[in-house]
Amino acid sequence: MAPKALSCKECKERYPLEARYVCEACFGPLEVVYDAQGADPAELKRKIQAGSAGIWRYADFLPFSERPRDPLEPGLTPLIRADRLAERLGLGEVWVKNDAANPTHSFKDRVVAVAVAKAKELGFTTVACASTGNLANSVAAHAAASGLESYVFVPSDLEEQKLLATGVYGTNLVGVRGNYDDVNRLCTQLCEERPWAFVNVNLRPYYAEGSKTLAYETAEQLGWSLPDRIVAPIASGSLFTKIGRGFTEWLDLGLVTGELPTFNGAQASGCSPVATAFREGWDVCKPQKPKTIAKSLAIGNPADGPYAVQLARSTGGAVDQVSDPEIRAGIRLLAETTGIFTETAGGVTVATLAKLAERGDIGRDERVVTYITGEGLKTLDAVRDSHHMYEIEPTIESLDAEFAAAGSRL
Amino acid sequence: MAVTVKIPSQLRPATDGQGEVEVEGGTVGEALDAVFDQHDGLRERITEDGTLRRFVNVYVSGEDIRFQEGLDTELTDGDEVTILPAVAGGR
Repeated sequence: MAPKALSCKECKERYPLEARYVCEACFGPLEVVYDAQGADPAELKRKIQAGSAGIWRYADFLPFSERPRDPLEPGLTPLIRADRLAERLGLGEVWVKNDAANPTHSFKDRVVAVAVAKAKELGFTTVACASTGNLANSVAAHAAASGLESYVFVPSDLEEQKLLATGVYGTNLVGVRGNYDDVNRLCTQLCEERPWAFVNVNLRPYYAEGSKTLAYETAEQLGWSLPDRIVAPIASGSLFTKIGRGFTEWLDLGLVTGELPTFNGAQASGCSPVATAFREGWDVCKPQKPKTIAKSLAIGNPADGPYAVQLARSTGGAVDQVSDPEIRAGIRLLAETTGIFTETAGGVTVATLAKLAERGDIGRDERVVTYITGEGLKTLDAVRDSHHMYEIEPTIESLDAEFAAAGSRL
Repeated sequence: MAVTVKIPSQLRPATDGQGEVEVEGGTVGEALDAVFDQHDGLRERITEDGTLRRFVNVYVSGEDIRFQEGLDTELTDGDEVTILPAVAGGR
């Protein structure tokens, strides 16, 4: 599978494989297309199994002619069978793909690893991004590991923990007085003025390809088979649609058999342009001003939203939205039943899974995979005051007295 | 109203390389029409059936016109109208 060209997702116009992201004819987004002629599924499978313990085992399906050198390889995160979660929800078979187990604790390492490798191949010496958290951490870390200069643009009022977890890697951290949309607009403009590789702007077609590895890993970890249904969060819609693309590619190549799973998307009520478009039957997403605790999903004008709606519809799935209290409950539910502590985006996904289960949308015979994209320690505010701490003197009597007062026994 | 319309690099082949165009217009729609009149081929790339294409964003003094009155958003003298491709990053 050799990468062949960039192709417009709207009008199919073709462009060479360089740092560009938008169709000059219609402004549609560009996507990498491959030449699959003569691909032998048995040979592809053998190469994967003999490959590295991360995303580069799937290098044949990524936009490179040669496997890049990557000093901070993400991927091959655990796929855990979550029987206690399934039981709590009255479901048969639920799996959790825990992508918090990446180098900077979110799925962003997959896309950034691909974008940074591409930046090096194209001869860039500086990488950059607009971000409010996970992406900032990841770009700073991968640039540091690869020896590239980096600029990370964030809203200047970002929480301290996020600034620290980015600044520690020695990046040029730039606080912009404004909100995320202001930062994003500035970066789109800067992209035209500076010779920098913005991972999620001019390298976006390559960056987005990294998310396909989530589909490949899921299929491989399930013994080269597909789930019946997946539940994944939607921000820009890129992750969601690329999981679909990954499964489709493997079905087309004969690496797996069966049907494309049912796709369920998860959004927060405070930023739900894709869920709203799905519910209303629209083909476009009306932009929203985000107001939700799920900040890593708060994209009011999602670039791949229309494609996400299309994927949910064509597979018989849906895009649902959940409230902030439901998100907090989702974080708790996952933690209590699997031992995995996720950030608010994971809370959105688990709350959506619970909603689908309650609505009776999921059959007991279905194998469901839930994508957990980030780490709970990054959004501690979401769980503040959600538990009780017993406080005692360092004596057994004090312990017993405290629990007796609380009405429980040790 | 005299306003400045900022053209992204992807569209500059259609404006003879110009990054800014000075036009008159009382609304965003009128200003864009004035730009389209000066430069052939821009209209089809930015609009479709009289509305903005779904992957085009237009800002007036930094604010997305979809949060205002769309193409009917009013302009005041000296306003800056910026056309940009819609890219929503991951965060």
